[in-house]
Amino acid sequence: MTILNDPVSAKLGDRAQLSYITSQAADARLNVELETEGMTLNIGPQNPATHGTLRIIARLDGEQVLWAEPSCGYMHRGYEKLTEVRSFPQVTSLINRIDWLGSFANEVPFILAAEKLMGVEAPPRAQWIRTILFELSRIANVSLFLGDLGVQLGAITPVFMAFRDREYVLNLIESATGGRFHPNFDRIGGLKDDLPAGWIDETKSVMKKLRNFCDEIESLLFGNEIFQSRTRGIGVIPRDVAMQYGLSGANLRASGVDWDLRRDQDSPMAWNKVDFKVWTHPDGDSFARCWVRLQETREATKIVDQLLDGIPAGPVMAKVPKIIKVPEGEAWVSTENPLGEMGYYVVSRGDSGPFRVKIRSASFNNISITPWLLRGVYVPDIITILASLYFILGDIDR
Amino acid sequence: MYSLLAVVIPYWGQSLLRVLGGLVAVLLPAGTIVYVFLFKMMSFMQSRLGPMEAGPYGSMQLFAEVGKWLQKEDIQPHNADKRIFRMAPIIVLMSTFLLVAVVPFGPDAWFTNFETGVFYALAVSSISVLGILMAGWSSANKYSLLGGLRAAGQLIAYELPMVLAVMGVVIQAGTMNLQQIVLAQNAGSIFGTDIVGNPYVLTQFVGFVVFMIAVQAELTQAPFDMPIAESELVSGYMTEYSGFRFLIFFIGEFATAGVFAMIASTLFLGGWGVPFSWFGWTSMDSVANWMNVAGPLIVFTKMMVLVFLIMWIRFSYPRFREDQLQRFAWKVLIPISLANIMVTAVLKVAF
Amino acid sequence: MAQIPGMIKGLAVTFNTMMRTFKNGSNTVQYPREKEAPPIRARGVIALHEDNCTSCMLCSRSCPDWCIYIEAHKELAPPRREGGKPRAVNKLDRFDIDYALCMYCGICVEVCPFDALFWSPEYEYSEPSIADLLHDKSKLGEWMETVPAAPELEVGADKKKK
Repeated sequence: MTILNDPVSAKLGDRAQLSYITSQAADARLNVELETEGMTLNIGPQNPATHGTLRIIARLDGEQVLWAEPSCGYMHRGYEKLTEVRSFPQVTSLINRIDWLGSFANEVPFILAAEKLMGVEAPPRAQWIRTILFELSRIANVSLFLGDLGVQLGAITPVFMAFRDREYVLNLIESATGGRFHPNFDRIGGLKDDLPAGWIDETKSVMKKLRNFCDEIESLLFGNEIFQSRTRGIGVIPRDVAMQYGLSGANLRASGVDWDLRRDQDSPMAWNKVDFKVWTHPDGDSFARCWVRLQETREATKIVDQLLDGIPAGPVMAKVPKIIKVPEGEAWVSTENPLGEMGYYVVSRGDSGPFRVKIRSASFNNISITPWLLRGVYVPDIITILASLYFILGDIDR
Repeated sequence: MYSLLAVVIPYWGQSLLRVLGGLVAVLLPAGTIVYVFLFKMMSFMQSRLGPMEAGPYGSMQLFAEVGKWLQKEDIQPHNADKRIFRMAPIIVLMSTFLLVAVVPFGPDAWFTNFETGVFYALAVSSISVLGILMAGWSSANKYSLLGGLRAAGQLIAYELPMVLAVMGVVIQAGTMNLQQIVLAQNAGSIFGTDIVGNPYVLTQFVGFVVFMIAVQAELTQAPFDMPIAESELVSGYMTEYSGFRFLIFFIGEFATAGVFAMIASTLFLGGWGVPFSWFGWTSMDSVANWMNVAGPLIVFTKMMVLVFLIMWIRFSYPRFREDQLQRFAWKVLIPISLANIMVTAVLKVAF
Repeated sequence: MAQIPGMIKGLAVTFNTMMRTFKNGSNTVQYPREKEAPPIRARGVIALHEDNCTSCMLCSRSCPDWCIYIEAHKELAPPRREGGKPRAVNKLDRFDIDYALCMYCGICVEVCPFDALFWSPEYEYSEPSIADLLHDKSKLGEWMETVPAAPELEVGADKKKK
């Protein structure tokens, strides 16, 4: 008699078969008893690690993540819709608030798109000052990332150093534009105003301070063995995956893709007048992303220095009518913002305001990789990976 | 204690004095540590001044903070295991008070002096694990639970290197009585020179380093602060605590730092004593009486030096991951301290 | 230098910062006692030069969140020339800016064709009640005293523009 159609038990006698079945049943019971129930952990929307209100729903087994998904939209402000009921000059004051750490950089692609539709080009001096302020906002943005990185990983001092030295950059932006965080300085056809006297010399001395800050962060954080063991090999994004998910900015360059819109795209800005290196890293892990950003901050200070030396004389505003009406048409302009590629698709119907604006913000695409990336990591690594992907909540939720 | 005041104090009086002394020995260092290191040193390391408004240079800030905490509502989560939730902070603080009981502050200034002082101190220090585990479990919060379990794993893992590091000292001194260990260090000599006595930080340097790393982990200070891990677990096992219960955890954290530093200075830096050769003392009985007054100050100074080290590292380093921490304890610290014990034992027999 | 472990270098960084703070003082400012002067262009509060205002409503219409409230009525003013007709001028009744709504973009200052609005770097006007943030025209007029002269421009700037 065979109790089971089991190839193992078929070879055994009745008695042996019975004991085999009992042992199998005991094993099964044990497995059921030892099987741990998973735990769902909501990281956010109020967790200190998510700098903003991002919620990560993570299914945990112990400390290991089985499945994770970001849930965004807690801070959705509807900028695409708001722009439809604003005139072109008003829109810049709104889109300042998308990526609130590098706000000047938000204005530039929109203004370039509007200029493209109107067929005007800013005079050279305006282009240079735009580029300088763009790079300054990149420094302000990324230097805070470097400090914030420390907080996410448990070191408390770097963030204060970042705030200390970012203050110099914000003061520069304020003394030139009038606004620390929301400059609203770009106008269609140029800039609102010229630089105040003494600004160039001050900027040069601040750039020295920031290079010093980069050195300090490098020896305090990047050289630390604990930091390296926390970030190396964590959250590896291979080159193909990075491109499939549409990452951009330092996240893409850290995966070894040599792609930078500042260099690869022909835009009416002054980047093609200076020589700078686009840093890439072959590893694609968290350390690579952080390191690429550190090098970019250094590179940005050098770009600013070069631009300050060769700033041309002339007006900062092209001839544009006082009441701006943008002719009918569609334009897409994107630039390499601190967080990655940021673009605006502007549709105009010939009114004083845009008919429709589509905002492509870098962070929204960058965090789309998190469900893929967070599978199987530990809870502390969620924080490391999110910190190294570097998103700004305003940039995700717009 | 009697000879200190040169009057006969009844037994209840002695007990009262000891309780008062214990309170002073725990709370005074805790307050000093919070002010000097947490408020001022951390601020200076971050290019700022720290609290400046309450009192001269913000020296009364801690009283302001305590007042603030005492006013706060005592919130207990609805699903919490209320009794356990209320007990947990007290158990954490209790281990600190039990720990200070064996620290000698002078030739006669001690709370209790018994033969297995080291053993007692190491045993009592792990009571705080219970409190933390209780806090983590009873809070009915997933972050607290994760924090509590991390704390339990971490504290138990680092108990072992700590015990093993102290073993070297015990072998060298030949006693587990902390008072005798102080005597052995100050009356001892290294290769015949007794100018600095024989503080075990020199001869037991490996043990000292391992002990201090283990202390850092026991105190859950960065880089070993995963149980609190404010960027991951909000505040770990303390997440749900507010008001004076949080205050007790807070005092416990810094008081324990002070008491552990006192124990470390007793074990490795010569405790309350100065090298006896400076004054020509030879044994415990020949030590001058004024050491009962100077001793606590000396212990306090040594404690501040050690807490400075602990805090300096805390303010500079990022934190480990949980598995890296365990690997570090089991694969690095324990083998090193075992080797240290072996070498010490061999040398002890050889000389 | 590359041989020094990174952890020791990190300790040196924090220690050096501590020593620098001891020696050179902190980077922070003890706010109510010391104050940092904001730059001339800083957008602190909007001042109104009432005499220049013609109630043309341009600022009110161009405000992105519509926080400027203007009411006016027409009045007959004496003629400019002897024997001419009396002119009709707008008399400002109400000019309120709600600073609880204002997002400090500066568009109103820029569009004003008669130089009636100015930026002042003053920033200390917080109020315990949100309703008090609605500044009326007399309060906006008081800010005129704090308006600085426009800064000199950098070398190479086009001097013809103001």
